[in-house]
Amino acid sequence: MARIIVVTSGKGGVGKTTTSAAIAMGLAKKGHKTAVIDFDVGLRNLDLIMGCERRVVYDFVNVINQEATLNQALIRDKNCNLLYILPASQTRDKDALSLEGVGRVLDELKKDFKYIVCDSPAGIEKGAHLAMYFADDAFVVTNPEVSSVRDSDRMLGILASKSRRAELSEEPIKEYLLLTRYSPDRVKLGEMLSVDDVQEILSLHLLGVIPESKSVLNASNSGTPVILDEKSDAGQAYADIVARYLGENRPHRFIDDKKGFFRNFFGGK
Amino acid sequence: MSLLDYFRITKGGSASLAKERLQILVAHERSSRNQPSYLPQLQKELLEVIRKYIHVEQDAISVNFEQDDNQETLEVNIVLPDIDTKKTKNAKNT
Repeated sequence: MARIIVVTSGKGGVGKTTTSAAIAMGLAKKGHKTAVIDFDVGLRNLDLIMGCERRVVYDFVNVINQEATLNQALIRDKNCNLLYILPASQTRDKDALSLEGVGRVLDELKKDFKYIVCDSPAGIEKGAHLAMYFADDAFVVTNPEVSSVRDSDRMLGILASKSRRAELSEEPIKEYLLLTRYSPDRVKLGEMLSVDDVQEILSLHLLGVIPESKSVLNASNSGTPVILDEKSDAGQAYADIVARYLGENRPHRFIDDKKGFFRNFFGGK
Repeated sequence: MSLLDYFRITKGGSASLAKERLQILVAHERSSRNQPSYLPQLQKELLEVIRKYIHVEQDAISVNFEQDDNQETLEVNIVLPDIDTKKTKNAKNT
């Protein structure tokens, strides 16, 4: 059975697209045929993060309006042949996506793909609603910062009441916490909410922590999902997350200050 | 933390403040999230009915919805204006 994952947060700029790209690539690299869909109509960016912006011919809205077939619109990833990208359109018409249209496209994708990753736009408007409506699993991307945590909680309320599973009284969407842009050293100084703090407030199952990392900007600069940068901390953190999601038991990393005891003791940088 | 830090008495510690504020806010927002959507309209209409008979202020009425494990409670609280006897009446409806 195919599973639909929504990557959501409410707040913008917390790392939804970075996470969608990394997770989708990770799942495909593990041998699962995966599609990743950009739901941010009018402000598409997943194509840029995946490095396929010059190969976009047809988009999600074209498929919904039946101006193109799904196969025409899907872009096969250059790094992994099990990964396909469905870009958003750049139309300014906010109502370009419809519930029936999105449902039809997802049903078609489910026949052929194991995982369908839906990259949600920020906010709680139509695009965000449609991205989460059909989901089986939700990856709630949160920064250890007050407005992001509050918006994530709001999003959890919406997932629990406005999704297809909620409306049909089916088993609820499985919700996972992904804490991004985490700085263990600032947590240690009491300047940043800790993983435990955020988990306590949101009471969510922690899938993983992504440390604040230079590699994320490097990856987006070059249009390669950060998970492919296997030497980087963020890349490894995303690889752990994918493995945990697939049922592997991996201890959490990047939560504690990475500096060694002696370097800490003598104030080394 | 460096050796010097062990001698510093105060830490930057704004995170605990963030946590405290969030816990209060999230608890408040969650309790109002489960309220039925008709509540504001109900409050408005109740106020109109009461005003036919008694003059009460806009904020004299509060409608609360609470959910326990097996029961839902709708609490309507109306503060009547001071008359010469200077008493307030509370009407509670469950």
